[in-house]
Amino acid sequence: MRADDVPQDKSSTYAGHKKLLYAQGQDGQYQGVQSTGWDVEATATLDAVAQFELWAEQARSEVIAGAKSPLYFHMYDCRMDLPLLCQLTGIWRWRVKRHFNPRHFVRLNESVLQRYAEAMDRPVTYIQSLPEKPE
Amino acid sequence: MTFSHSQSAHCESGVISSLLTHHGLPISEPMAFGLANALAFAYIPIVKLGGQPLIAYRLPPRAIIKGLCKRLGVEVKFHKFKDPMTAANALDDLVEKNVLVGLQTSVYYLPYFPEEMRFHFNAHNLLVYGKRETVYQISDPVFEEPMEIAPRDLNKARFVRGPLAPKGLMYTIDSVPERIDYPKVISAAIAKNVKVMTGAPLPVIGIRGIHYLAKKIDKLNGSEKDKRLYLGHIVRMQEEIGTGGAGFRFVYASFLQESAKLLGDESLTDASKAMTNVGDTWREFALIVVKECKSKEPINLKRISDKLRACAEQEKQVWLQLKSWCKQST
Repeated sequence: MRADDVPQDKSSTYAGHKKLLYAQGQDGQYQGVQSTGWDVEATATLDAVAQFELWAEQARSEVIAGAKSPLYFHMYDCRMDLPLLCQLTGIWRWRVKRHFNPRHFVRLNESVLQRYAEAMDRPVTYIQSLPEKPE
Repeated sequence: MTFSHSQSAHCESGVISSLLTHHGLPISEPMAFGLANALAFAYIPIVKLGGQPLIAYRLPPRAIIKGLCKRLGVEVKFHKFKDPMTAANALDDLVEKNVLVGLQTSVYYLPYFPEEMRFHFNAHNLLVYGKRETVYQISDPVFEEPMEIAPRDLNKARFVRGPLAPKGLMYTIDSVPERIDYPKVISAAIAKNVKVMTGAPLPVIGIRGIHYLAKKIDKLNGSEKDKRLYLGHIVRMQEEIGTGGAGFRFVYASFLQESAKLLGDESLTDASKAMTNVGDTWREFALIVVKECKSKEPINLKRISDKLRACAEQEKQVWLQLKSWCKQST
């Protein structure tokens, strides 16, 4: 890649930061060149973010319908899925699934909730309920 | 401590380049990357990231640091911890003694990362070079400027469980060699890299791995949306901060160019040019994938997998070229 071909697409995913790429200058010598983003990369990243948002929104309606516990929503809201949540908390899959059931979830003790809260980096009281939809 | 932050393309090669330079062994990031024979390709379906297979364009985490230090004869010390408190105290002790410390962390828990980049990726490397009042001063190699982070956030990021769990991993340099025998280490590193890319015994690694992925793409089924997710995932693994498939080809080309100058060897310059072309093809591949995913027409899988095969073939030629170079130079 030539230095003047380094994409400067000002991607929102970089949040104003710049990333370093190696590219060739006029003389063919490699040098570090800062890039403000590349649309191709940003599209792929934003697609992945959108996927988690979609899951979170679907989870929200299931929680409101009373089919799932708030934990289910928070999982997707923290960009996790079931296998990852199990690994991050060290809680077995069947137990986590059980905790997606609102009836079981309300009876959870503090120490289990604490493990979820820690993995999600959110306060216990926050993950116990469904947060308001951001405007 | 007098420490100067420098930005790099990749976190691990950047961290080790900064560490060694700080300890009086100046080494550029591409040189560190190349000497660690870090370029690779691996398609690992049993490790899942967000339900998608792991596709790596370089060696697994820690391999760059370990490989480079072994090759150069640098003594590096790794520490893992069971208990976050002990780990935090150990870090504080070193910071007090003005030692530059490398850490493995999870991107998701680093607050200074752009919101849209914060995914659960556990093998991000950074350096701690000091403490200002209660916050740590950090040199995160993929950022332009040094950063600061609260102890709570840093401890959190060091003790995440899950795939590639850092377990508080901390590393420091004990000693560096007086001088480096460049002709020897360069040819050893290139020979090793040729082996990884062309001679791995598994079909999912190296050039064969790229063909394997192409075949997977041909056979993709499911809804258009599933396909889009899968293909988008390939691009993300290739281009996002911390990874970078095409980017690594350029880093390696830069390494070959630097080596050519050090050894006064024209054939390495040619290899560098060829590797640059490979990187360009990888970028074209990413572009095609995103274009196909965005278009309203059904995704043309054949077009994508053909481009990927072109990457594989082109890259294979470079490795064969380097292979014969290795034979000549020994």
